Amino acid sequence: MTLNYDNEALPKVLTVENMNPHIREMEYAVRGRLAIRAEELRDALAQGEKLPFKTVVSCNIGNPQQLNQKPITFFRQVVSLCENPDLLAPEKEAIVSQLYPIDAIERARQILKDVGASIGAYSHSQGVPALRKSVADFIAERDGHPADPNSIYLTQGASSGVQNILSILTQNEKSGILIPIPQYPLYSATLTLLGATPVPYYLDEETGWSLDVEEIRQTVREARSKGTDVRALVIINPGNPTGQCLDALNMQDVLTLCHQERLVLLADEVYQTNIYEPEQRPFVSFKKALKEHPQHDTIELVSFHSISKGMIGECGRRGGYFECCNLDKGVMDQLYKMASVSLCPNVSGQIMTSLMVTPPKQGDPSYELYHKEMTGLYESLRRRSKKLEAVFNDLEGVTCQPAMGSMYLFPRIRLPEKALARAAELNQKPDAFYCDLMLEATGVCVVPGSGFAQKDGTWHFRSTFLPPEELFDDFCNGIRKFHQDFMNEYNK
Amino acid sequence: MLRNLYRTTSLAARQSNIHYRTLRLASTGSKGKVLTTDRINPHIRNAEYAVRGALPIRAEALSKELQTNKSLGFDRVVFCNIGNPQQLQQKPITFFRQVASLCDNPELLKAENREDLLKLYPQDAIDRAELLLKHIGSVGAYSHSQGLPHIRENIAKFLERRDGFPANPEHIYLTQGASSGVQNVLQMLTENEKSGIMIPIPQYPLYSATLSLINATPVPYYLKEEQDWGLSVAELKKSVDESRAKGVDVRALAIINPGNPTGQCLTEGNMREIVDFCKAENLVLLADEVYQTNIYKPEQRPFHSFKKVLRSMGEEYNDVELFSFHSTSKGMIGECGRRGGYLECVNIDEGVLQQLYKVASISLCPNVHGQIMTDLMTNPPVEGDASYELYNKEVNGIYESLRRRATKLASCFNGLENVTCNDAEGAMYLFPRVRIPNKAIEAAKEAGVAADAFYALKMLEATGVCVIPGSGFGQEPNTWHFRSTFLPEEHLFDQFCSNIEKFHKEFMNEYRD
Repeated sequence: MTLNYDNEALPKVLTVENMNPHIREMEYAVRGRLAIRAEELRDALAQGEKLPFKTVVSCNIGNPQQLNQKPITFFRQVVSLCENPDLLAPEKEAIVSQLYPIDAIERARQILKDVGASIGAYSHSQGVPALRKSVADFIAERDGHPADPNSIYLTQGASSGVQNILSILTQNEKSGILIPIPQYPLYSATLTLLGATPVPYYLDEETGWSLDVEEIRQTVREARSKGTDVRALVIINPGNPTGQCLDALNMQDVLTLCHQERLVLLADEVYQTNIYEPEQRPFVSFKKALKEHPQHDTIELVSFHSISKGMIGECGRRGGYFECCNLDKGVMDQLYKMASVSLCPNVSGQIMTSLMVTPPKQGDPSYELYHKEMTGLYESLRRRSKKLEAVFNDLEGVTCQPAMGSMYLFPRIRLPEKALARAAELNQKPDAFYCDLMLEATGVCVVPGSGFAQKDGTWHFRSTFLPPEELFDDFCNGIRKFHQDFMNEYNK
Repeated sequence: MLRNLYRTTSLAARQSNIHYRTLRLASTGSKGKVLTTDRINPHIRNAEYAVRGALPIRAEALSKELQTNKSLGFDRVVFCNIGNPQQLQQKPITFFRQVASLCDNPELLKAENREDLLKLYPQDAIDRAELLLKHIGSVGAYSHSQGLPHIRENIAKFLERRDGFPANPEHIYLTQGASSGVQNVLQMLTENEKSGIMIPIPQYPLYSATLSLINATPVPYYLKEEQDWGLSVAELKKSVDESRAKGVDVRALAIINPGNPTGQCLTEGNMREIVDFCKAENLVLLADEVYQTNIYKPEQRPFHSFKKVLRSMGEEYNDVELFSFHSTSKGMIGECGRRGGYLECVNIDEGVLQQLYKVASISLCPNVHGQIMTDLMTNPPVEGDASYELYNKEVNGIYESLRRRATKLASCFNGLENVTCNDAEGAMYLFPRVRIPNKAIEAAKEAGVAADAFYALKMLEATGVCVIPGSGFGQEPNTWHFRSTFLPEEHLFDQFCSNIEKFHKEFMNEYRD
């Protein structure tokens, strides 16, 4: 009997009209309409359909291992031993030592000891204490200033930490959070979801997406005069989608601003090891900058990091942490309570976070391979970043700031009148119109700048530079050809 | 109405206060924190989650103290506050861990390693890992935001085998534990503060805490302790009518089956009544079924899924909207720390499904290892497979042991003076009722805690056993309970029971009326 489950005609209890209005309102372009269309095209290709391209290339999201970037060998060896502790039994030693280096075996043993019974058990809601300690030690070594494991929360990716912090900051709909324009839309989407007020501050494209502290101050004052209770400043450093890195002086000014204007500083630093001009713009953490600021024990700071980026790219594992500095004790207790309702972050992600911050050291058996893999990935990212930047800058009407950091380029496109008119006809934003056509012509999926917000009257798109190096030239040629055709079509 | 008016007025007053204070502070420099507890999200402040609240926090502190102080009266803290089997030495399922470890380290699957690999792994674990990796690519990549299509297809097949009715992989979401799925759905359902969700009393406080956080209205319905925690439709009707009369927009009914903390399993007849009730009252049904394999009276009370019951009631019930939740944390596999699970959407509006996708996409994807474990849980080794014998032995061993411990502990509790305890038909908990003497109730009042919290705290300090006071789950007024798991290791169980007996006797002697 084929049962009829077609229930289109029956009225629903839960509809788009009566559901949570914040969810309805919020947008997240990185996996929005264009990405959904890209998947449809991918499926079509898999079914054997003939399209103008052979593969769909997902440049919409920083997901390196989906584009065949290899994971770091040592890290995967350790976690695979933690998954299957039977392998550490003495009677298996002879065989296991053929398959695993001794330092991976020892590290897995230590981690299992630290985790306690099993990686399958719920851990402490902030994350396993010993793993948090390893993060604290890393921070202390990175910055030259101590860190307290009790102020550290391991999280499911940085995203989940960001959402919890934004949630706790939102007292009511007048609570205002400063966000950069352009920004990674986790922020705008989460603020919509919470019913909080985003307070945008603009990065300046012509000066390498720099931020102007005085301009931010003006923004704060203006928003407050209109009744917005501005309470926090989000900085993404290195930037996403924009890739700029702040210099140390700028950071001191930002901290002073936060002190004077009574703002909690939220420092999203997930790209801290994707630094492509390390001499001119080395990465400085806001924690370090804070510790060297006169108000070092007053300014409230939360810093976020993740295992999804850098060279390790363990996105699917959902690991990361945030560190709190100078937060009120009562607020810390409430944060704990929030974390406890979800019980704990997944333990495999916690372990990978700890591994990321305590990699093999010189002298360790795995050090050579680890170093080779990391350097190889780093150099490759740097090369691809430069290559793609050159390609974009070469396109007619397109300018592109260099990526000092992160995994993205955010070129500005200047579209001919005819194209703007056509987009308007289709009721689309011009950059979405351009990106749609790029996808259908080349299989390359990028994200329109409107997904990140941008200065009025300007159009951009964000592309990763993650496609594998051996396909990179084809990838660049595809984009060149599409752009040329597009300009020819709409310049007529 | 009056209360809302007060709230709005005081909110306006607070806002202008904040405005003034902010301007003033901005100009004079700073004193005091920017973010204080009176300025945070008030819903967070109001939310409570006892399972990791005051009692376990105290238990952690004692656990630490035990490292240096050996004169506490017990030599270890026994965490009975939370269903966390592997923390109490329950072993993971071998096959599952073998597959997971191969997925993490695909180098092992290379041809040159095969000879060694076969000395460590059975062929079927190798085959399964290869199959999974073929579909996944790398476990380090973000997957589809609903979870990997291959795994969703496997879950759909599992559901079909379990229920005898088809499932649509497009309507399945893999989630980080069932908790995260529950939270997303509750949030979706909450249009404004008048949105009401029916929750059982007693309930697992994920529900009450989440409703607090999203500022929705909990609509309680009481389970009947004297009828084995039975659920009567009359009680449901009373509850929904009362709330709607007060202007609450009641839109969903949450049922935990098997129950938590109460462990009861619904009969099929009862379930059909509930489905009818949802249809008549225009309620979305939320079926939390994470304990569906923890069934201790399988002849009298086998598990039925709400999906199966709904579908078996025929086409006229195609308008009943259902979300079902499952998890890798419970059952016999106990992979809590992995944060795996799924939710199935049945008869949900297409537009709402798209919105659900959008919510999932912001967090990018559930962790891939949790997805793999969900796949393994729903598609374990079958007869004929190399690993089947060991798998079956492990799962049965854990099941029988859980059943024995459930019975033993219920018997222990029922033997205590002034304590009655319903059997656990399912789940991992017992929820005994303690008739606390007035003298103790007074002492509790003086100490500023609920009477059952007072009792539980005394138990912890005397025995090292951490349970959760009934007030953390909700209960009939003037009754007192506590929830304890029956997960402590079997070889230590007799000692565990006798420690509780000793404590209880002393407590009753001290506070006897």
